[in-house]
Amino acid sequence: MSGRPQRETIEIVVNGRPLQAPPGTLQALVDSQSLSAVKVATAVNGHFVAASRRATTLLQPGDRVEIVSPRQGG
Amino acid sequence: MTGWRLSPRVKAADGPRLKLVEDYKMNPHEKTLQRQSGLDLYGTVVPSRMLLGTAGYPSPAILGAAVRSSGAAVVTVSLRRETAGGGSGQRFFDLVQDLGVNVLPNTAGCRSAREAITTAEMAREVFNTDWIKLEVIGNDDTLQPDVFGLVEAAGVLCREGFKVFPYTTEDLSVAERLQRAGCKVIMPWGAPIGTGQGISNRRALESLRAYFPGVSLIVDAGIGAPSHAAEAMELGFDAVLLNTAVAKAGDPVRMAQAFSEAISAGRLGFEAGLMPPRDMAVPSTPVAGTPFFDLE
Repeated sequence: MSGRPQRETIEIVVNGRPLQAPPGTLQALVDSQSLSAVKVATAVNGHFVAASRRATTLLQPGDRVEIVSPRQGG
Repeated sequence: MTGWRLSPRVKAADGPRLKLVEDYKMNPHEKTLQRQSGLDLYGTVVPSRMLLGTAGYPSPAILGAAVRSSGAAVVTVSLRRETAGGGSGQRFFDLVQDLGVNVLPNTAGCRSAREAITTAEMAREVFNTDWIKLEVIGNDDTLQPDVFGLVEAAGVLCREGFKVFPYTTEDLSVAERLQRAGCKVIMPWGAPIGTGQGISNRRALESLRAYFPGVSLIVDAGIGAPSHAAEAMELGFDAVLLNTAVAKAGDPVRMAQAFSEAISAGRLGFEAGLMPPRDMAVPSTPVAGTPFFDLE
């Protein structure tokens, strides 16, 4: 890949908002959001991705990622 | 279900009224509950028949105090998008853990079976429970359940091993399909969420109770006053789930206690067997021996 810019990014949608992110795994995205130590669950394109699978889930351009955490509810 | 009678009052419409209390036979499920005086949720028996929502309280401290004063052993929780840096979700999670109660995550806001299924899967991981309050909303104004999506999602989730608590309408055939899908708890609405209108369709709820003696039935939503909750319990429902009526009360902590006592009283009244209503007045004091009875 020499000669190509190293700062290549892909556009994904995280919690409904567009985000330019470096290509990588779902776990890397969670880490980049400073959520590694927080209790969160994730889904990509409407499908649940277990915490144990985040590190092997590669994000693709256009992926829609949900990162959720506990809240009050009725 | 031979031998089952909903309550003296339901029987009253069909036959002679005076022997109703003597005739009343509890089914085995109900006898068990009476003996345990607890609520059966997929084999987990909890001491309180009040389930409390955690949303909309003036402060986390008041939420905690309200849960404690209610005696509720089950509280509902939710999942929402977390912002970068986060922390609010974790704080709420810690608060609920400190309360030492069972959590029942919901799928509030989901508008399709697919959304609800994914939310349930996320909730199972975050809250470490296979209980899920399944909501699939079909209408923004009434927050009416989309019962088609509900039945579809319930089937999938039951097969995935979830213990599903479906929020539904009073519709009997929908409840049948939910039961067939594997639901052992069914939660019909009293009235639309957040309205506080109480039991809007009493007859339908009575029918539901009569048809599903072996299912834990919980009136969920629309409860506005302790008397509404007592009414649901007097109808023979196993429990009441409410949120707004406590959270938005002038004093949520005292209101939580008021609901708790009303629910206990309603349950006790149901177990004791309510007298059937009568069309005409009947003197409670014996007529025989009434002084001056022979005068004019």
